[in-house]
Amino acid sequence: MGKNTAHRAQESYRSEEVSAEQIAMMRDEMLRFSILQLRDSALAEDAVHEAIIAALSLGKYTGRGSLKSWVYAILRNKIIDVIRQRSRHPAEIFVEDDDMGLDDQFKKDGSWKKTQKPADWGHPETVLANEQFWRIFATCLNDLPKNTARVFMMREHLGLELKEVCKELDISDSNAWVIMHRARMQLRKCLEMNYMQGELL
Amino acid sequence: MKCKQATQLMSQSQDRDLTLKEKIQLKLHLLMCDGCTHCNRQMSIIRAAVKELGDRK
Repeated sequence: MGKNTAHRAQESYRSEEVSAEQIAMMRDEMLRFSILQLRDSALAEDAVHEAIIAALSLGKYTGRGSLKSWVYAILRNKIIDVIRQRSRHPAEIFVEDDDMGLDDQFKKDGSWKKTQKPADWGHPETVLANEQFWRIFATCLNDLPKNTARVFMMREHLGLELKEVCKELDISDSNAWVIMHRARMQLRKCLEMNYMQGELL
Repeated sequence: MKCKQATQLMSQSQDRDLTLKEKIQLKLHLLMCDGCTHCNRQMSIIRAAVKELGDRK
């Protein structure tokens, strides 16, 4: 058993040279990923550019995951930097998104509308292994209102505590909870309408 | 508690610690409501999916 464990550890921990070609091939996808979180193509372009320079100047990567997840870890840090710089910019005013995607799921008395009642999506692992799910998920994320998406991605993807998100964007806790609730509810609805309905019927 | 409030609490439970009272209210509601039970699981799937973005090959 000890031998097996050692073998696995060796396999999963790698150190590899990074080539400019490998990174260049990821560039478009990194840019889409970055735009999704920053919603500003010039800033997104800068973040990707800086991440690529950082990755290449490190020269080689060591880690448990793939080259891609290593590069994305660098990119995520650059995105967080950009968000922090931007939030200190005085011209930035946080504007509330409207209440779309929530009120249309419930009746006036607060119970589910018959057509909107959430269905059983099945086992999480099965859902997350489905390519179709990921395509629709990307579309649904893109459909989120700009500010909702920013808060949601800072919290859920970049993994910041909600307190920190509030501080960076200068919004209240209760405001942030409302935004997170809307984001989750809208994503749920979008996924159910576009993917799960087809799977279940 | 109504479904709309239950979804607020299940969402907030991902961002803060619910009070004991809130936890009990939510649990009781989930026991009676299929729609909200599914919604709660969907939120977990969505959370896992967002985390995984960018790490997929």
